[in-house]
Amino acid sequence: MVGELKMRQIVKTFGPVTALRNVTFCARPGTVHALCGENGAGKSTLMKVLAGVYQPDAGEIVIDGQKRVFASPKQALEAGISMLYQELDLAEHLTVYENIFLGRELRYKIPLMIDRAGMISQTRQACRKYGFEIDPEATIQSLTPGQCQIVELLKALMKNARIIVMDEPTSSLSEGEAEQLFCVVNQLRKLRLTIIYISHRMEEVKKLADDISVLRDGEVAAGGTSAEMDIPTVLRHMVGRELKDYYPARQSNPGPVLFEARHLTGRGIRDVSFSVREGEIVGMAGLVGAGRTETARAIFGIDRPQTGQIWLGGKRVRIRHPAKAIRKGIAYLTEDRKRTGLCTILPCSWNMTLPNYPRIGMRLLLKLRKERTLCEAYGSKVSVKWTSPDTAADCLSGGNQQKLLIGRWLMAQSRFLIFDEPTRGIDVGAKKEVYQLLNELVGEGKGILMISSELPELFGVCDRILVMRRGRLVGDLATRETSPEQVMHLAAVEE
Amino acid sequence: MNRFAKQLLPFCSLIFIISLWTFLEPDNFLSFRNFSNVLRRSSVNGIMAAGMTYVIITAGIDLSVGSMLAFCGMIGSVAMLGLSGASWAQMTGGSYIELTPEAMLWGTGIGIAAGALCGLANGLLITRLKLAPFIVTLGTMSIFRGVTYLMNSGKPFAVSDYTYLDIGKIWIFPSSVVILAGVLLLAGFLLKYTRFGRYTYAIGSNMETAFHAGINVQRILVTIYMMTGAFVGLAAMITTSRASSAQPTAGLALELDIIAAVIIGGCSPSGGRGTMTGTLIGTLLISFLRNGLTLLDISTNVQLVVIGAIIVLAVTADQIATRRQS
Repeated sequence: MVGELKMRQIVKTFGPVTALRNVTFCARPGTVHALCGENGAGKSTLMKVLAGVYQPDAGEIVIDGQKRVFASPKQALEAGISMLYQELDLAEHLTVYENIFLGRELRYKIPLMIDRAGMISQTRQACRKYGFEIDPEATIQSLTPGQCQIVELLKALMKNARIIVMDEPTSSLSEGEAEQLFCVVNQLRKLRLTIIYISHRMEEVKKLADDISVLRDGEVAAGGTSAEMDIPTVLRHMVGRELKDYYPARQSNPGPVLFEARHLTGRGIRDVSFSVREGEIVGMAGLVGAGRTETARAIFGIDRPQTGQIWLGGKRVRIRHPAKAIRKGIAYLTEDRKRTGLCTILPCSWNMTLPNYPRIGMRLLLKLRKERTLCEAYGSKVSVKWTSPDTAADCLSGGNQQKLLIGRWLMAQSRFLIFDEPTRGIDVGAKKEVYQLLNELVGEGKGILMISSELPELFGVCDRILVMRRGRLVGDLATRETSPEQVMHLAAVEE
Repeated sequence: MNRFAKQLLPFCSLIFIISLWTFLEPDNFLSFRNFSNVLRRSSVNGIMAAGMTYVIITAGIDLSVGSMLAFCGMIGSVAMLGLSGASWAQMTGGSYIELTPEAMLWGTGIGIAAGALCGLANGLLITRLKLAPFIVTLGTMSIFRGVTYLMNSGKPFAVSDYTYLDIGKIWIFPSSVVILAGVLLLAGFLLKYTRFGRYTYAIGSNMETAFHAGINVQRILVTIYMMTGAFVGLAAMITTSRASSAQPTAGLALELDIIAAVIIGGCSPSGGRGTMTGTLIGTLLISFLRNGLTLLDISTNVQLVVIGAIIVLAVTADQIATRRQS
């Protein structure tokens, strides 16, 4: 087995959505093949097809000249394909060798006993062979994230993996650890393994890859050797999608400065300063972990910034708790509706009024009839579809849940709204309605900060785009004067 | 609709139990005296269950209420005796001491305050140290009981004159039953018609969301545990009055009945669901169940088995209802 991979004309649909459209992808043994693309471009789907998690609707997988069909991840694993996910799949309280041999422990001569010494020595031998420095008897929780990654690799190699898929392996690593990982990847290349490397970070891709393929909207946008594909080319193919007309048009005339963050430093962010005007939508771009959500959390009083100031309507405000932020007219629609946005088992109306009782004259006692009228009014304002405000929030679709939350913050009379991935997990029609609502909000003179991982969305909706990288604000660009390539370059390439 | 159906099950069970006992023991069961007795016995459980309802709606639990009951009774009694001029030797000796009305009133208040303080301790440990309610109250359950035994080396304090909460009447109703009604109405009102009640549900449904919506989660939780403690203190004084003494063994394993009543009444142990009406029904269900079983000469040991089985059934029913909903 050498590990020569050819995936031909792969098609995969989920209901009405086509995730992969005739994708052909080949990887050679002894090379690193980088797979690039925006969120939702189909990279993960393609790799899950390879790993047997999904079965393709059409197309074939050929390994070493032999056509293969994987009905399950187990079969793919037996064929020598190993996938390292972003989230590590290790039992924290067990040791390195226990994790490696999990489910296939070596038997001892005496029945029911396992051969600890044998497993430890095999693990140690493998470490020596691949040049890893890992103590087989250390527990996983005592290791750094980088070492855990190596344990995952080791686990794959000891199962005789020939094709290894690494999904954003450096996203949780420090720079030093990332360097070590690159050495390991180079080592594996020398051992003639086939490595598929998914990453957003361009400098990594340039440093490691022999071949580069770019996916966009479920299709192969471009492919070639590393020499043929320079960074601007890759970026252009990643974002080179025309802005669809479903971004509603809007007259933009920003008023005076409404919100200002000055030198915010805290958990995950360093010296972040920016401002938002009345009637302005400011987008925030950046890779996962760049500090966008952390900025929102610092502003909203969830994580207290260590230093820095927040100014609202020309006055300095000190925010130590979300309650204070809400009182001052700041709203935060979190990226995870189920975990931090909604009380899913409670009625929609309760969810809508939850932060607003003081604002709607129910400081102490509730007025149930008034509450109902208000919810119906704001519900129709944001056109949320519910059978009644009494239905539980988890009966609504994702889009309607998002509209419910927008209604909540309208009721709160918020002046400055932070939307964190407002269209994640909602369908196209609902997205359009959310954009429409954003436009109406700024039409009323409110200011909006929109965090999004979808560049077309930012370009379709925002007046300005802020770019974050590794906890710092690295760009503040007028949408009209910039390009997706430039934004992507700032977000993904170390200067 | 679903919420209504959920209340219907315990309510029908209650009717069923009452009908069953009426059929099996018409003479003993269906008397005014017996019903009045059951209600009076329910008052202690019902008052404690009112607080427990809040705790369980927040997805918490308070295992210490039984021990707290004994502790508060002892504290209240000592206060009463002391304010009536008894020396420590007289108190611990168990001789008869005449209580003044003011002393009884103050003693009752101090008993309730002791409960509130115990609840405050629970609440602070849970919120400030971020410990699981189950663990904290498991610990304080033992601590309160131990301190109670230490107070008079395991012996009770006699308060023979303290009878009002047992045989006293408000108009024609037993005072303890009136207090129960008052507590349930108050707790039910707070739960349904105030911001505090809503926050209780929100915290139980999703604590993270509650925090992100600007709710001071810690303060609400401490208030809830404190309120539960105060209710336990009140229940402790009724228990003391009934026995004319504060027994250090009072309320042993009582938390079982209280938690059972609340769960049977439709509170979800995973939080966010429950009503005060349900809790009332649950409390009555357990009281009538125990009463009937006693009248039928079935031992308390068997009663334990029956009540345990009913808890498991109630939780199963809740799970099935939740699963069907989603």
